[in-house]
Amino acid sequence: MDEANVARRGLSPRLWLAGGWLLLALLAAIFAPLIAPQDPLAQDLMLERLPPFWLDGAEPGYWLGTDSLGRDLLSRLIFGGRIAFIVAFAAATSACLLGSALGLIAGYFGGWPDRIISRIVDVWMAFPPVLFAILLVAVLGTGLSSVILAIAIIDWTRFCRVIRAEAMSQARMDYVESARIAGYGRVGIMLREVLPNVLPSVVALLSLEMGIAVIVEAILSFVNLSISTDDPTWGSIIAEGRLSIHQAWWVLVFPLITLILTVLSFTQFGEALKARFDPVLR
Amino acid sequence: MSACLDIRGLSAVLPNGQRVLRSVSLSVQPGEVRALVGESGAGKTMIGKAVLGVLPKSVRIVEGEMLIEGEDLGRLDPKARRTLIGARTALIPQDPLTALNPSRRIGPQMTDRLVRILGWSTETADQRIRQLLDEVQIRDPERVLKSYPHELSGGMRQRVLIAAAFAAEPRLIVADEPTTALDVTVQKQILRLIAQLQRDHGTAILFVTHDLGVVAKISQKVSVLYAGKVVEEADSSALFANPQHPYTRALMAATPRYTDPFASLKPVDESVLAGLAAEIAAADQAWRPGHG
Ligand SMILES: Nc1ncnc2c1ncn2[C@@H]1O[C@H](COP(=O)(O)OP(=O)(O)O)[C@@H](O)[C@H]1O
Ligand SMILES: [Mg+2]
Repeated sequence: MDEANVARRGLSPRLWLAGGWLLLALLAAIFAPLIAPQDPLAQDLMLERLPPFWLDGAEPGYWLGTDSLGRDLLSRLIFGGRIAFIVAFAAATSACLLGSALGLIAGYFGGWPDRIISRIVDVWMAFPPVLFAILLVAVLGTGLSSVILAIAIIDWTRFCRVIRAEAMSQARMDYVESARIAGYGRVGIMLREVLPNVLPSVVALLSLEMGIAVIVEAILSFVNLSISTDDPTWGSIIAEGRLSIHQAWWVLVFPLITLILTVLSFTQFGEALKARFDPVLR
Repeated sequence: MSACLDIRGLSAVLPNGQRVLRSVSLSVQPGEVRALVGESGAGKTMIGKAVLGVLPKSVRIVEGEMLIEGEDLGRLDPKARRTLIGARTALIPQDPLTALNPSRRIGPQMTDRLVRILGWSTETADQRIRQLLDEVQIRDPERVLKSYPHELSGGMRQRVLIAAAFAAEPRLIVADEPTTALDVTVQKQILRLIAQLQRDHGTAILFVTHDLGVVAKISQKVSVLYAGKVVEEADSSALFANPQHPYTRALMAATPRYTDPFASLKPVDESVLAGLAAEIAAADQAWRPGHG
């Protein structure tokens, strides 16, 4: 049994592919100044719209080509990853902490705490999320921290709903009752007995939420509501690429591929982690 | 000497006013096994939960007393009641899978209570658990202690839970159909183990079952429950030799091994049930809490 488990775990290609891409992108973002071949902001009109390396007219050192201002696309994508990951981690973690805590309390205690929390969630979910985000950023002002705050404020309900349902079904299990009989307090049971059993879902949702945060940030910078336009973000690069799609398709295609790969990896990584964390599925 | 468990005139109702327990009285003397037998839905589990202080929120006790070793649970504040129940009682549950926390290994799960609630040292708790695993005839304690619940068979899980129940030397154990969820082949072994540990430790057990065959094997005393009402109470041997109440007789007739072991399981006789239902309806008409 143990050996089979090890084999199955070691061979989960989903986990390694997704985790590999995320690690690569993360390391590139962290060490962007060392890795990026060019200055992502340096414009050079002599070098505008260079194609990627395998096409005629490519210049060495500009692997994925340049945009219409002659800025190196690869360097811009690498630096854009910094903002994507900062937003992903900060926003998803905040949404996760708030939503999971409330969901755990609502699901485990039931009664009036559950009624209050569920009512708030219902009201929250009545707002369309993208409009909600644009509205919030308009109110909070553009900037990295308001984007993070907006995503957290909108998406904590996603955690709250799922964790509430799971905590509720765990709370009905006999092991919770046995803990009561043995003399454990309610808060202790919630944290020591129930929380570990909902943790795999929290982890999967957290990873999924990071992917969502990356997309939302991209959408917000696409409509120019994210951070200042100087710093490259994947969304702003996509927005620029859209304008020059006929002259330089690569400026649109590469950031899109990067974005999609990253979002997919986050969701797949979450699912794979859940399967690995969960003692029953494992 | 006061009884280990003494339930006096316990009644409980659902929110719609329906009675689930009807002036139940029963006692378990120290070191004695009392069987609580009745069909599914009779309220056996409710009685166990009432004693252990884990009734569902929807069920309300409207009259009666419960005493554990002479201490009236109703007179204790909630915290003192929890402490008393935690220190003197334990449960052997019906479903050994959901009664273990799926995400914690067996070892820590078993010692945790001794250490955190009862304040034992880790070493003492560890030794104690190993000793109990030996008593329930688990041959490879190392593997079991390191396992997650789903990695063990149903019988192994129930052994673990029996060991856990006896570990802190409770005075009273509530065993709620502890063999019902198990394979037939394992049921006998588990029953024998419970009887063995009960004798060795001298623990009183309230043994809940729907199976008269089990009653004969394990208990000295029996209470027969029907629709939340104790209809007959007797020494086990006397009950089988000479059942008094028509419902008890019907229940025996419905249990094949006491008549013809090859007969298929018959439902309890309709006319007996109809008579009982009428009797209970009449009693409910006349009943008011505090005057029952
Ligand atoms: N959580 C609950 N809330 C309300 N009624 C319940 C609940 N659980 C069981 N009951 C009802 O209480 C009665 C006794 O149930 P139970 O004690 O589980 O019976 P037994 O253990 O003898 O099979 C049944 O009629 C059942 O429908
Ligand atoms: Mg039951």
